[in-house]
Amino acid sequence: MLPIQPQAVQELLDKLKDQELYLHLELTNGAYTFDRDRSRLVASNLIRNVKVSYSHGSISGSGPYRVGLKMPEGWIYAEGLTHYEESETERAVLAGNDHDGKLVVSLMLSKEPF
Amino acid sequence: MERHVLIVFPHPDDESYTVSGTAAYHLHNGTPVTYACLTMGQLGRNLGNPPFANRVTLPTVRRAELEASCAAIGITDLRTLGFHDKMIEFEDRELLDGKLRDLIEELNPSLILTFHPLYSVHPDHDACGAAVVRVVEAMKPQDRPKVHVVAFAKGHERALGPADVHVDITLFLEQKVGSIKAHKSQFHTDPVFEGRSVHDPVIRERFASEKFWTYPFDPYPHGRK
Repeated sequence: MLPIQPQAVQELLDKLKDQELYLHLELTNGAYTFDRDRSRLVASNLIRNVKVSYSHGSISGSGPYRVGLKMPEGWIYAEGLTHYEESETERAVLAGNDHDGKLVVSLMLSKEPF
Repeated sequence: MERHVLIVFPHPDDESYTVSGTAAYHLHNGTPVTYACLTMGQLGRNLGNPPFANRVTLPTVRRAELEASCAAIGITDLRTLGFHDKMIEFEDRELLDGKLRDLIEELNPSLILTFHPLYSVHPDHDACGAAVVRVVEAMKPQDRPKVHVVAFAKGHERALGPADVHVDITLFLEQKVGSIKAHKSQFHTDPVFEGRSVHDPVIRERFASEKFWTYPFDPYPHGRK
């Protein structure tokens, strides 16, 4: 993965709009968070291989980036995105990795299930 | 000497810091060792730094790392059970327990190494240990293998007392360090990657032994007759 090139991601989001896609959306601060620091909460969520379609998608911010995907009756949103998989041309593979390289947020879209 | 040792953990890399030296010790004694790994760790947060894996490639990367870790330890019987990372506690218990029961029936291990069902921090760790305990508890007491569990959640020693099993692995540091190094995507920040030899006092002191708690099954589960 490489640091996000917003233009490349935007082109991919445009290419993938208005079609049925499988969504992977994940946010996590790590299962060990509470064990290391009792003042913190372990929190995470995962949506994997749910079918979605969006009519308009865009990337914004100056890094880390945000992505919002507008659907007929709702939104998909992710903040904290830092990296994209540059070799993927038919799928969006986006991630937000912290300073240690640990994944915090993941947003992926594909015509085939992940 | 054990007849057969079965290791049951949910993630590739769970074996490295916990049982890799103990597994090497049993293999050295001529005891067969089987490692059943429940998931591919496909939701792991570590992707290398800079990242050399991503959410799509991580399961493949971690499978290769797991195989390299087993090779470093000397384990030739690796079973990957195909469950999904982070979902063990929600998995169909019949399916999960059934796979473990089948393995135990096939291998007839005298010792199982797994996580403590309450003091292992990650929900997958606890759920993995709980599944092993359920399956072994359901066996006739005389047929049950010993179960030695790993525990490391805060407060575990207060709850469990000191570990009762200590395995001296100073002769198997090469295998342990090799296992850790095999999981490069997960442990790239570990000091072992600084190239210290296994004869380095720092490594020897850090990894001198592996410790376990013998899981206390009720010897008379249906009441003393």
